[in-house]
Amino acid sequence: MTPLDSQPLVQVKNLTKHFPVLRGLVLQRQVGLVRAVDGISFDIQRGETLGLVGESGCGKTTAGRTLLGLYPPTSGEVLIDGQDMRHTRGPELMALRRKAQIIFQDPYASLNPRWTVNSIIAEPLRVHRLLPTEKERVERVKELLRLVGLSPTHLNRFPHEFSGGQRQRIGVARALASNPLFIVCDEPISALDVSIQAQVVNLLEELQDQFELTYLFIAHDLSMVRHICDRVAVMYLGLIVELAERNELYENPLHPYTAALLSAVPIPDPKQERARQRILLKGEIPSPLNPPSGCRFHPRCPLAKAHCAETTPAWREISPGHWVACHEVA
Amino acid sequence: MTNLLLEVRDLKTRFHTPEGTVYAVNGISFNLPQGSALAVVGESGCGKSVTMMSILRLIPIPPGQIVSGEALYVGQDLLKLSENEMEANIRGKAIAMIFQDPMTSLNPVLTIGRQLTEPLRIHLGLDHNQAQRRAIQLLEMVGISGGANRLESYPHQFSGGMRQRVMIAMALAANPSLLIADEPTTALDVTIQAQIIELVERLRREIGLTIIWITHDLGVVAGMAERVIVMYAGYIVEEADVDALYEMPCHPYTQALLAALPRADRRRDRRLKSIPGAPPNLLVEPKGCPFAPRCEHVRERCRLENPTLTTVSSSAALRGLSGDHRVACWVDLATGAMR
Repeated sequence: MTPLDSQPLVQVKNLTKHFPVLRGLVLQRQVGLVRAVDGISFDIQRGETLGLVGESGCGKTTAGRTLLGLYPPTSGEVLIDGQDMRHTRGPELMALRRKAQIIFQDPYASLNPRWTVNSIIAEPLRVHRLLPTEKERVERVKELLRLVGLSPTHLNRFPHEFSGGQRQRIGVARALASNPLFIVCDEPISALDVSIQAQVVNLLEELQDQFELTYLFIAHDLSMVRHICDRVAVMYLGLIVELAERNELYENPLHPYTAALLSAVPIPDPKQERARQRILLKGEIPSPLNPPSGCRFHPRCPLAKAHCAETTPAWREISPGHWVACHEVA
Repeated sequence: MTNLLLEVRDLKTRFHTPEGTVYAVNGISFNLPQGSALAVVGESGCGKSVTMMSILRLIPIPPGQIVSGEALYVGQDLLKLSENEMEANIRGKAIAMIFQDPMTSLNPVLTIGRQLTEPLRIHLGLDHNQAQRRAIQLLEMVGISGGANRLESYPHQFSGGMRQRVMIAMALAANPSLLIADEPTTALDVTIQAQIIELVERLRREIGLTIIWITHDLGVVAGMAERVIVMYAGYIVEEADVDALYEMPCHPYTQALLAALPRADRRRDRRLKSIPGAPPNLLVEPKGCPFAPRCEHVRERCRLENPTLTTVSSSAALRGLSGDHRVACWVDLATGAMR
């Protein structure tokens, strides 16, 4: 037995999440299956930030929500601090949920417009019965507001009185309220202006240092992911196709999809941009209702051979910590 | 001297709302040479879209009001044309515009073919068969093959990238000289964004289209623009050729924006440099430099008087290698002296 603290905080084993497609009103029958997440495995160490990147529809948001039990998984296992939500009940389950929180993408949609900042941030405190009296809760909310760079006097304001960046800070404060160990950051900055993005990213980093937080950072902005994440996993059509330490992944991408994705990221430097050779992919992501056979990337892959359409590539460790699923990688 | 396609002079647009007057565009001037690619960069609310909508007179009046200015399209002031002349000769004909969200710009209950051929029949007077052939040709031009079958499709059967291609095809229908693209790739994934940028670049080369590309993404700008305008709170704060802007940004806002961007091609060396505060409230009549409250180089004068856009001498510009580099800032950031 390894001691609990040296274990990864989050362990994901062969996690799948399928959504049935139903037809008919009363006698509903299943006519298809969206394989949003189709068997992903990874660990996140304590204090680490793991990036989960991919294009829209690749399943990264579903993966994050399934991890937290917001969607029940179809199969597979998620251990947070050594415990599986599916096998815990009652107070134990509540304690587990307290440890894992989420920051949502859209700070306009994720805050109830009729609630004050105080009720929004205090909700986790009430739900988890962390502080018995109203007075203690208000004090804690004030402390949280200061932590995220807002004024404690904002307590009784409503979400519409804040800018996008400030609203996202409220979302961060709510996630922090229950003293979590692990936070899923689901595209926390993509709705914000460039000058505000850096503020929120720096805040997330400061809080991570201060409270030894562990993050799953879901994003499509690959420049920001390289900046904030320790390791990065690339998803395509419900599967992780590559996972490596950040500099290794960006400097030595092995999967042809990762290479194409990185070559498409705009670089704020005109000289570099002119010199770059883009790998333009054919077509667009196929439907997860009916993913391609074999390697799911083969119809768009510049390296595809005949066997890529037939056999699913194995998930292999090419060099220490650098994992990839591709037949053509030596 | 290259031919100017568009010349905008001192454009001011305001909106009179129940909360008060919104000072959206506060005196914008720029030149657009034929065949060039101009990027207009800025954050939400900086007036970049309102500027272009004002030029095309797409601002709802009221509450909007174009207070002053000229927009000379090959010598003809668009702000003085009648609504009929705008509709008959300018919008969609000489100047076409595409928007961020291709889904809301297409009618979901009409086929792509119906939506593509309608303007061809109405504006160009083509008959059904001619319009069909032209529509297929337009789709091929934007990289959608299998034309005739595609015309039968509905917008929901196309992905976001394909819909944006259809929008570009519609925009090209009447052979416009100028294409204004308002954040056309913001809703798209990076690989699809790269395809659309490639497409617009090819159209510029092949049919000599002039491009204005509105965006907040300084990465995209570096890849497609020749000249760049940086806007803040309804003002142009800096304007330069693309290389000069990235190599030698002269306005504190431009510098701060570039410093706040992480880069996918570099190892992380430090925390991001963030810009404190938030963009100003446009309901207040601007006084002083709009960036002053967030500026780390701010001086006394900046809070009292708004600097005008003036040409700075860069070595490249002096050697005639690049166009004017204009900046609106009292402080010469290279020396720290006042201008």
